[in-house]
Amino acid sequence: MEERNSSFWLEFRKGFILENPLMVLMVGLCAALAISNRFENGIFMGIAVTFVLVFSNMIIAAIRKGIPDEIRIPIFIVIIASFVTIVDLSMKAYFPAVYSRLGVWIPLIVVNCIILARAEGYAYTHTVWHSIADGLGMGAGYTCVVLFMGFIRELLGTGKLVVFNKTVISLGGYGHYAPSIFILFPGAFLTFACLLALLNRYNARKTDE
Amino acid sequence: MNEVYRYFLIFLGALLVYNILLIRFIALCPLIGVSTQVETSIGMAMSVLFVMTMSTAASWVAWNYVLTPLHVGQFLYIPVFILIIASLVQFTEMVIKKTSPPLYRAMGIYLPLITTNCAVLAAATEAVKPGFLKLNVVYNFSLPEALIYTIGVAAGFGLVIVLFACIRERLETAPIPHSFRGAPIAFIIAALMSLAFMGFANLLGL
Repeated sequence: MEERNSSFWLEFRKGFILENPLMVLMVGLCAALAISNRFENGIFMGIAVTFVLVFSNMIIAAIRKGIPDEIRIPIFIVIIASFVTIVDLSMKAYFPAVYSRLGVWIPLIVVNCIILARAEGYAYTHTVWHSIADGLGMGAGYTCVVLFMGFIRELLGTGKLVVFNKTVISLGGYGHYAPSIFILFPGAFLTFACLLALLNRYNARKTDE
Repeated sequence: MNEVYRYFLIFLGALLVYNILLIRFIALCPLIGVSTQVETSIGMAMSVLFVMTMSTAASWVAWNYVLTPLHVGQFLYIPVFILIIASLVQFTEMVIKKTSPPLYRAMGIYLPLITTNCAVLAAATEAVKPGFLKLNVVYNFSLPEALIYTIGVAAGFGLVIVLFACIRERLETAPIPHSFRGAPIAFIIAALMSLAFMGFANLLGL
């Protein structure tokens, strides 16, 4: 059990840092950039993606021996689509306001490259236990980046941070002059480019040492 | 509003005002991944145009004649559309392979990728499922309108990806700060192009 737990942790950490889906693998960017204009959106999108990742990984790993190789992609997609439908309908029912903001991005989780990439690249060849860890790690990595971007963009773009109708941080006078470009489309590209450049610099420094 | 003008507005809206890549962030992966050369970008744009038009037509028929009469559209549209797209891509691949080997070699690698290109699913969903689209011209597309809309979306995709590739080819020789080489500078360009496309907002009242 001891060994099992440590490998679970290892798989989790891999998705979180070394193979972070957004920053390192650069898959599934579209949704991440589009919804990260608010911190709150990041919370819901992160939960939705993690949910679909964990469960689709789990089911695919469980039935992987019975899937014929030639038609595995359609099977993956149907499994993923079922979980996305669950998220789609539950979010519409319980959080209609959030659902209307996230809009087309929830159905688009089906074609989010992260999920198919993990199904094909990981869950199809690994055990159920490890696949769950992988899904959790990838989901957590995704959520962290989306939250961080949402934090920067909302704070710089509006001068305050609103979570569940409560203002958490307010920059006071800055809010009157806040450049709204950060919550608009170009801001997403700019913020992400700067994050990537920072990561590059960090990696370059580490290899120099 | 006369018919032709309406079609024109739908097309223009999809092409520029609500550009799928720069304004709505759909299908960024090929934008960053494929657009390093102009030629490959053109190949990608053509295959997207082809698959997208066919899949929207098929999804429109499925939505209006199968899913809606059976009252299962709300919870079955995601699997149904994605299956339509996946099988169409497979079908297109086989047809092109048989009829035109040079074309197959030119765009062969992109075809399977298109299945997971979110733009195709997004266009299909928006063209048939009213409510996602914010265009105030029309709300519930008829088949010709859905097709015009899809061609606009695909043309917008092609326009941006080819322009983007042109800039990236020039960047190969530009002196870029070390940390920004590769993907970061691509995102900076995307930011600038997105700014430019924001200038189209409110064009013709769209």
